[in-house]
Amino acid sequence: MLSLSTAPSPIPPPQNQREAALIRRTLQGDRDAFTELVKPYERRVYAAALALLRNEADAEDIAQEAIVKAFTHLHQFRAEAKFSTWLIQITINQARMRQRKNHANLYDSLDDTHDGEEDYVPREFADWRETPPETLERKEIRALLAQALASLGEKYRSVFVLRDIEQLSIEETAKALAISVANVKTRLLRARLMLRDILAPALRDGWPGHVPFQKGEKPW
Amino acid sequence: MVVNCAEVWQQISNYLDGDLSAELRQAIENHVRGCKHCTAVLEGTRNVVRLYGDDRVIELPANFTQKWQQRLPLFIPSKGTAYGWLVAVAALAIVSGTFALGKATTSTVQALRSQHSEQAQKIPAAMMVEVAADGKTFHVPGCKFIHQSSDKVRLIAAADAMRAGYVPCVRCLREYLRR
Repeated sequence: MLSLSTAPSPIPPPQNQREAALIRRTLQGDRDAFTELVKPYERRVYAAALALLRNEADAEDIAQEAIVKAFTHLHQFRAEAKFSTWLIQITINQARMRQRKNHANLYDSLDDTHDGEEDYVPREFADWRETPPETLERKEIRALLAQALASLGEKYRSVFVLRDIEQLSIEETAKALAISVANVKTRLLRARLMLRDILAPALRDGWPGHVPFQKGEKPW
Repeated sequence: MVVNCAEVWQQISNYLDGDLSAELRQAIENHVRGCKHCTAVLEGTRNVVRLYGDDRVIELPANFTQKWQQRLPLFIPSKGTAYGWLVAVAALAIVSGTFALGKATTSTVQALRSQHSEQAQKIPAAMMVEVAADGKTFHVPGCKFIHQSSDKVRLIAAADAMRAGYVPCVRCLREYLRR
């Protein structure tokens, strides 16, 4: 069985109280309460699955399975923990089981110990001014960001997604991926710098110009 | 304290996360102010963190919510109390008492793994169920009655379980076996 434990927090904030009520209702058989409970985190569940599985179809499948599993194991949830953390942890466990099944780790190991062998040096010094958030309304910008992210190796991508998209803390990321805090920091730095190298020339004018990896060659 | 470009780059992540000593933070800020390259790297990295932190970056696949809603089992299996046993035994009695029915007309299905059971009739095909590699029955995830001698429990769609010859657990899937 899965390990579904999460770190306890002494005083439950209001968000937890609302969620605790939804969990009680779900356990009493109210399925709409479960939808209300999960809906705000659907995107994060999917992103977490995508962090570990590069393939979108696999990620969707695992995200769906994780939500079903959260439903059927809801009575194991400990009320003092954050529901979102618990849900994401289930997703990561499911994704890692799928990875093992696909033998993906034979080629792209998460436990690679060659981190920090050499420091990553930025290759690109284009002056990238602040890209306004409204830019994300544009589909091609979102596609560009997704493509840049997908071009990273898995060990960098998973750390970056959990930390910067899921907004987990460094410690939570380390725990979720079963790697050391030092490894999280090294990989996070590298992931951020690599993404900057890809995106800076493309977004320097707030507009996707040339995209280096579309030419079939990575910029580093 | 004075830092060079390479030292700034190695600390950029920690700098953005506010995970630095006051002295090192000040040294980095002093350096960046006078260095065009480091300004570009710092601002760019800040953009990366800010843009990817936006909810809109990841798009959910179409009909995501409806899909998992369809896969939910009807109810959550209880934690398994003495009373639960009673209910299970009662359900078993009811179910076996009403097992006098027409044959299933499904085509390419493997032989049932258990001779004492009936093929499932009303279980939604997409619902996720658990099966043990060496077991005979499929279960609502978390059901206590799953075959315990194996740790090879898989989560699969009910349709696949049925195709593989698994039969529904009469305890956790009793709701679907009542006619």
